[in-house]
Amino acid sequence: MRLDYPTNVKIIRVPCTGKVDLLHLLHAFEKGADGVYVVGCMEGECHYNGGNFRAKKRVAQAAAILDAVGVGGERVRMYNLSSSEGPKFAAYAKEMTDHIRELGPNPIKAKIKNQQAA
Amino acid sequence: MIVAKQKPFEEIVDMVKDADKLLIVGCNECVTVCEAGGKKEVGILASALRMYFANQGREVQIDERTLERQCDHEYLEEIRDIADTYDAILSLACGVGVQFMAEKYHSQFVYPGVNTCFLGATEERGVWTERCQACGSCILAVTGGICPVSRCAKRILNGPCGGSTKGKCEINKEVDCAWQLIVDRLKALDRFSDYEKITPLKDWSTDRAGGPRKVVREDVKL
Repeated sequence: MRLDYPTNVKIIRVPCTGKVDLLHLLHAFEKGADGVYVVGCMEGECHYNGGNFRAKKRVAQAAAILDAVGVGGERVRMYNLSSSEGPKFAAYAKEMTDHIRELGPNPIKAKIKNQQAA
Repeated sequence: MIVAKQKPFEEIVDMVKDADKLLIVGCNECVTVCEAGGKKEVGILASALRMYFANQGREVQIDERTLERQCDHEYLEEIRDIADTYDAILSLACGVGVQFMAEKYHSQFVYPGVNTCFLGATEERGVWTERCQACGSCILAVTGGICPVSRCAKRILNGPCGGSTKGKCEINKEVDCAWQLIVDRLKALDRFSDYEKITPLKDWSTDRAGGPRKVVREDVKL
């Protein structure tokens, strides 16, 4: 298909979104990620039955924590698509990138850099 | 097990806000099972606090440690060498663990990260319910294995009361009437005759009414 999607998106492959832990999501933000999104299979179509539902809950947990700490829960999202939906994958990557650009950088990123420099 | 629930994030922040070096200590026992203060919850809370303080422009060192138990000397001793190097310790153990930690490291601020709720069981993932109030004088043998002390709102020993309707308690329609459960169970066990026995006044001196309790076993003491 040779589809384009934003180059700032770094893909981390997991066998199932059920593998994505809350700590993975939080550590990404702690290390300065501006946004994180989890792309899972369509709801009801998980090969392992409930992996994407587990991920959905963890994304919601991460959002609540990010809101509490002042980073912003809107920086983490979950998308669902089928493995054959390449165009949708590219569209979600663009949508998430545009959404994060609108929000601006992770507020703690600059502060962590300043602390490391000092 | 002892069931606990993590305190609200704002309350935790308020307790530890003055520390520049903080140790979060989890416990591998009950609070791990009820997902309130095990290794994972320590990691999540540490990550959240690191982000919170970074966002405030503060550089706070937050370290993580999870002990096998916080209610035993031998495991608490594992942090003997490092405890004094921190401004504060945030314990995610139950109230027992927090107090034992504070007794052991008495020059240190030890804060509780969880609210200790009750002695209960895991009904299903994410649902825990009370089963025991540690009254010190168990009557489960005559109540079909269902405890009226912990599961009846009135703790009555010869029930049910007049508030039992269709097997539910008058305090909440979702709460089972413990005495209905007892009657059903005794019938199923063909021991309904036990229900006719009047339970005499209970000796509550073994409960909290007798003050803080202590068990001493000379036979196992070293």
